[in-house]
Parts: sequence; C-alpha cells; structure tokens
Amino acid sequence: MAHTRVAQRGLGTDGMLIALALGIGVFYWLFVAARAIDPLMSFHAYVFILAFIAGLFGLVMYATKPPADETGYQTAVVKAGVFASTFWGVAGFLVGVIIAFQLAFPNILYFDQLGWTNFGRLRPLHTSAVIFAFGGNVLIATSFYVVQRTCRARLAGGLAPWFVFWGYQLFIVIAATGYLSGVTQSREYAEPEWYADLWLTIVWVVYLLTFLGTIWKRKEPHIYVANWFYLSFIVTIAMLHIVNNLAIPVSIAGSKSYSLFAGVQDALTQWWYGHNAVGFFLTTGFLAIMYYFIPKRAERPVYSYRLSIVHFWSLIFIYIWAGPHHLHYTALPEWAQTLGMTFSIMLWMPSWGGMINGLMTLSGAWDKLRTDPVLRMMVVSVAFYGMSTFEGPVMSVRAVNSLSHYTDWTIGHVHSGALGWVGYISFGALYCLVPWLWKRKDLYSRALVEWHFWISTIGIVLYITSMWVSGIMQGLMWRAYNAFGFLEFSFVETVEAMHPYYIIRGTGGTLFLIGALIMAYNLWRTARGDLRVGEKRPYMAPQPALAE
Amino acid sequence: MSDKEIDETTGVETTGHSWDDIRELNNPLPRWWLIVWYISIVWAIGYWVVMPSWPGISGYLKGTRNHSERANVEVAVAELDAQRADATRRLLTAPNMQAIENDPDLQAFALAAGESLFGDNCATCHGAGGQGFKGYPNLNDDDWLWGGKLEDIRQTIRYGIRSDHAEAHLSLMQAYGAGGLLPRETVDDLVHYVRSLSGQEHDEAAAMRAAPVFQVQCVQCHGAEGKGDQSQGAPNLTDPIWLYGGDAMTIRETLWNGRGGVMPTWEGRLSEEEILALAVYVHSLGGGE
Repeated sequence: MAHTRVAQRGLGTDGMLIALALGIGVFYWLFVAARAIDPLMSFHAYVFILAFIAGLFGLVMYATKPPADETGYQTAVVKAGVFASTFWGVAGFLVGVIIAFQLAFPNILYFDQLGWTNFGRLRPLHTSAVIFAFGGNVLIATSFYVVQRTCRARLAGGLAPWFVFWGYQLFIVIAATGYLSGVTQSREYAEPEWYADLWLTIVWVVYLLTFLGTIWKRKEPHIYVANWFYLSFIVTIAMLHIVNNLAIPVSIAGSKSYSLFAGVQDALTQWWYGHNAVGFFLTTGFLAIMYYFIPKRAERPVYSYRLSIVHFWSLIFIYIWAGPHHLHYTALPEWAQTLGMTFSIMLWMPSWGGMINGLMTLSGAWDKLRTDPVLRMMVVSVAFYGMSTFEGPVMSVRAVNSLSHYTDWTIGHVHSGALGWVGYISFGALYCLVPWLWKRKDLYSRALVEWHFWISTIGIVLYITSMWVSGIMQGLMWRAYNAFGFLEFSFVETVEAMHPYYIIRGTGGTLFLIGALIMAYNLWRTARGDLRVGEKRPYMAPQPALAE
Repeated sequence: MSDKEIDETTGVETTGHSWDDIRELNNPLPRWWLIVWYISIVWAIGYWVVMPSWPGISGYLKGTRNHSERANVEVAVAELDAQRADATRRLLTAPNMQAIENDPDLQAFALAAGESLFGDNCATCHGAGGQGFKGYPNLNDDDWLWGGKLEDIRQTIRYGIRSDHAEAHLSLMQAYGAGGLLPRETVDDLVHYVRSLSGQEHDEAAAMRAAPVFQVQCVQCHGAEGKGDQSQGAPNLTDPIWLYGGDAMTIRETLWNGRGGVMPTWEGRLSEEEILALAVYVHSLGGGE
C-alpha cells in the first residue's frame, strides 16, 4: 500500500509543552474527581478534564494540518478574542439587566428551591462577566493586536497566545458556574475559589511571557505608550491576584478555602486588590486601548509624548495607594484612611493626563466627530473617563464618603466608569478591529453605530442620574435624626423610596443591552463581508497599515 | 521610524517616533494641569501634617490636630446618652405605663424612640407603617390577638408568641384535617360555618351540619359565638379582619394544617426602656385599648 506523504505541521516546543501541561492536568483532575470531598469540587474537576481533553484534541487537529505561513501577524487569536468579547459582553449586560429588575421587583426569578437564579448568585456573575469576561477578553484581544503592530513583530510563543485565550475562557466558565452553584470566597471581584485562582495564575503568567516576548523581539527602537499601559496592567494584575487570593484550601480535593489574612488586614488586602482592579484592569488596560485606537481612528498624532510619560508613571505610582478609601469610617486605622484619601486626591490630575492626551489628539480632526460615530463613541468614552476620575477623588474625601458610602451613588459612579468609559472604548475598538481583521472596507452599517451610540448614551444617562438621585437620597435618609437623636427612617422606608429609581436604572440598563445587541449584529454582518446598501459613507474608515 | 518633523495642522514638532503610523507631538505638559497637580500634592502634605498619617515602627504621626475618629464617636455617644438620660430614667421609674402616656414630654420621647425601634426591628414583618402582611398582624386596627392594652403589648413584645422564652404566649390552632382530628367532609363543612360567622357567602346546609362540630371542637378557644379569646390568642371570627385570609381556600388551609405563627422574644435583644418605648409606640398606632 503506497503512502502519499502529506506534510504535517507537527508540534513545536510550544505545542509539546502545552500538551504536556494538559496531559498532567487531566491526571491531576482525575485524581481530584476521584477523591473530591464535595460535589461542586467533583463537578469542576470534570469541567477541567473535559476542557483539557478538548485542548489536547485541538492540538492534534492543529498538528495534523498542512504547514501554513506563520511569519505575518497572528490575527486568528485576535478574531477569536473579538468574538468572545462580544459574546461575554452581551451575556454580562443581560445578567445586569436581570439583577437590576430583581432589585426593583424582588420576586423576579426568585424560586425557593432554586438558589442559582437568586440575586445573590447572579450579582457576582454580572460583575465578573462584564469586568473579567467582557473587559478581560477585550484587553487580551486588543493587546495581542496592538503589541504586534506597534512592535512590528508576530506574537511570541507560537501557540502560547491560544493557550492564553482558551485558558482564560476556561477560567471564566469555572468562575461563572461556581457563582451559580454557590462556590465563592466572598471577596468582591475575586469570588472564584483557590483552584480557579491557581489556574488563572498559570494562564496569566503565560500571557505576560507572550507579551514580553513580543516586545523583546520588536523591530521598533522604542516601546509605544500603549504597550507600557498594557504591561502595567498585566504585571500589576498578576501581583494583586496572587496576594489577595492567598488562602489555605480545606482540602486539596475540596472547593472551600480560608483566607490567609484575618479581620481588618483581610479587608484592607481585599480593597487594595479591589481598588487596583479598577486602577490596573479598568483604567490602565483601557488607556492602552485609547492610546492606540484613538490616534489610529482620528489619523492624528498623540497630543503629548511628555504628558504620556508623566501621567503614566504618576498614575501607576499613586493608584496603588488609594485602596483604603473603600474603608473610611471602619475599623481600619485612621492614618491608613488618611493616606488612601490623600493619594486619591493626588491621583486626580494623573488620571486626567490620559483624558487630555486622548481628547487633544483630536486637534485638527474634531470635524470627524460629526461623521464618524465610532470615533465619537471613543471620545465620549474619554469624557466619561474624565468625569468618573473626578468623581472618584471627590467621593474619597471622608466627609463626602460619609454620605456616599454604601449607597447607590457608588453604584452610579462605578457604572459611569464601566458603561461610559470601559464600555464605549471597548465598543470603539471592536468597531475598528472587525473591518481591519476581516479585511473589510467598512462596517456593515454606520447608521446602526449611530443607533447604538444614541440608545446606549440615553441608557447610561438614565442609569447614572437615577443612581445619583437615589444614592444621595438614600444617604440623607440614613443620616436623618429626629429631635431626640433617633433615626428618622427605617431601612425598609429607604428601600421603598428607591423603588422608582431602580426602575429607571433597569430601563437604562435595558437600553445599554439593546445597543450592544445592535453592535453584535453589525459586527457579525461586517465580518461576513456585507455592506448595507444605500448608506451614505462620507469618507472611508481608516485602514490598518499593510503588514510588512 | 522617521525623523522629527513639524505637524502641519498644529505646527508642533513630533518626537520623530512612529509606530504603525502613529506619531507623537512634542507638546509640553499643560500648565494648568501641572499647577492643579502640584496644588493637590501640597494639599496632601498639609493634610498629613494636620491629620493622623504616616505609620512608623511602633506608632503613627498623630497630626497637629490630634484628631481621632474613635474618640469623637465615643464623645458623641456619651453626649447622646447624657441627653437621653433624664427621659430614660423617667421611663423606667414611671409608676405604670399609663403614666408615660399622660406625660406629654415623656410620651413624645417614647414615641420617637419607639418609631425608630419599630423601623429597625418590627417593620420587617409588620410593615413600615405597622400595616401587617399575611400571617403578620396589622397593628393599626383595634383587633388584638393577645390584648391591646399597654401592659398586654409590652408583655407580647418582651416574651414573644410561641417563642423560645419560658413566659411566651402559647396556644395552637390544631391541624384538624392533616392531624386526622376531623374527617375531610366535616372540615369542608366547617369552612362554611366559619364564613357564616362573619356574614360571608356560604352554603347554609353545610354550615348547619358543621354547627354542632364547632360547638364541640372550637368553642374552647374561639367561644360559642366565635368572638375569640385574647387570653388564648384566639382570633375573633365574626369580624372582617383575618390574619391569614377569610376566603374559603385560606380558611380550609387553616383548618386542615393548623396555624402557629411565631413572634420572637425581644427580652435581651432590646433594653427594658426600649421595650417600654416600643409598647407606647405600638399602642399609639391606632387601636390601642
């Protein structure tokens, strides 16, 4: 029998290492599954086993394909990231809308015997889905795109970026199914238990090495500012993640663990993490996106190189101190509260440095705001960034915080940053990336981007204004005393007073979700190569520079 | 990589770098930005001097104002206690509860304290306005299960109903159907009889059949005329006020499964003067006897 030799790609060192890691992982999780002391651990062990076997299968599929050209930019993993971002974004916004209405109408999806649809389970699902699943995928995808182009080098590590991508999705699945079934270590934005944390640590280290390796082999003499920001995000998140999740598992085959810290030390570690997740995940990471996509889309140079240096270093130096402002008027020693508050105030201008650089990059291109809804979305995003980075320092002042703390004002503040800044800069980047990656002349429809922009903007405005009013009212009601020094209102009366604002908030969130669905449709049609007929296109969208 | 050039639109020099066609202008730091930042830094340093700030090995900088939030709270709580001391003493030493209501100043104090206590402790079940819910009595009407006099209310709050306190009010509506005390048809007939007591629509024949059963099984608590008995917590069945509901379905459920709602004891959780104030407040809600 004659063999025709078909050339196969085979596995390089990268693929071999991943295969080895996955193989060991399968045996490890089989061991855990066999000895699991609680059903949730056993369930997650099987999820890991299935995922690792799927990964091994994928490697075999890859290895048996004929060799392909692997000298240009690695774009497939970025395409996958765009898809994942859109998917998790819509999922996360949907859960947000559900829990917003659960707050207004507590009986929605409340079943006595079914814990996983309750607000308590869905709330961390929402926060993690939007921050880590949506935001994280946007960050990973854009960083992989930007670092290649600004270094003029293909992503390092061969299959490593794919390991990062799929490893991160697996983390999301483990975290999300854990929340729904009640696995949590009850640390805000760090709810996943120890084994999910360890898995993310492995993925994150590979991410860091991939990113550093790409910068290492760059063909540009200097490192572009966006890459400083991406690097600060990757490095600092690794540090925050590891320290905040130091815990001792009850058993190597059990899902529960106990924190290494106790009492107020535990609280401060948590908020050092929590605040810097905002700082280094939602701020520096997305500033990196801004530094690439705004100059690219506006076709204008970055406003000031010096400002980018000064505000980068001041931002990352000062941000890391601000966490204690989450614990004003608590058992945390007052001196620590003072430091948290003063560093938050000093953080105001370094934050605004990014806003100035983003907005002023439009000098000479302001007219594009009228014609290009994608650029407008990104500029409005920077405006929201400026607003929330002013509001944040104001709320960190102890006197203000005594009113705002624990109220809906905080929720409104977070969402002006999350919906306005993070959401819009991400949408802008996705609208840029899809035509670039799939090599389309333009988006399927500009009109749909306009619809997305206006519907979401109304949604954001409804959301944050209702939460301002509700939060300040709530704070004032809580601190109202009668002549004898007794509380004027009971807690349930304040809840009742918030009801109309909760409905407005839910409506705002619904509009934001509708906008995202419009975007998903538009991106899908764009990727398919459709151009909506009869639409005026005053100018063509900027195209990426040709690969070398 | 390109050399430094002048950007045509703004007339500003670029740094000469270029990444993927992105260039950078060499604009200086905005002056106002730098000034505001310096001001914030100077302000922060000033704040550190005045307020508790940097930690050392065995302590921290106390600051020139020697400010301590903890001490402030202690002072404020002590001031409040002092402000309330007189009224609290008079509450506790009043010869009887009626005397509290007769003294306008003391009554105002008790009502203010009671309203606040009610909101934090009672509103969860009885509603913010004491309007009640199914299974949780309305406190605004004059229909009382265990008595609506000041002392009655005080006792109910203090010991609770079917709570784990030794002095708690105890009584039970038996599960006549589920407990096998009465056959199914008799329970169904009793529903009609009970509804007839409050003049609601019912089947006369069924009510007639059940009348003798009521006189045997129910009179000990609810009385021959069904007007209830406050000493046993037995509801009046002749009025239109229902704890669980007066519709046929709910009455049947009550008869079949019995009832035994619980109100916790507040002794130990609230102080003696707080229970007094709360009793005065609940008494004032509408139907105090």
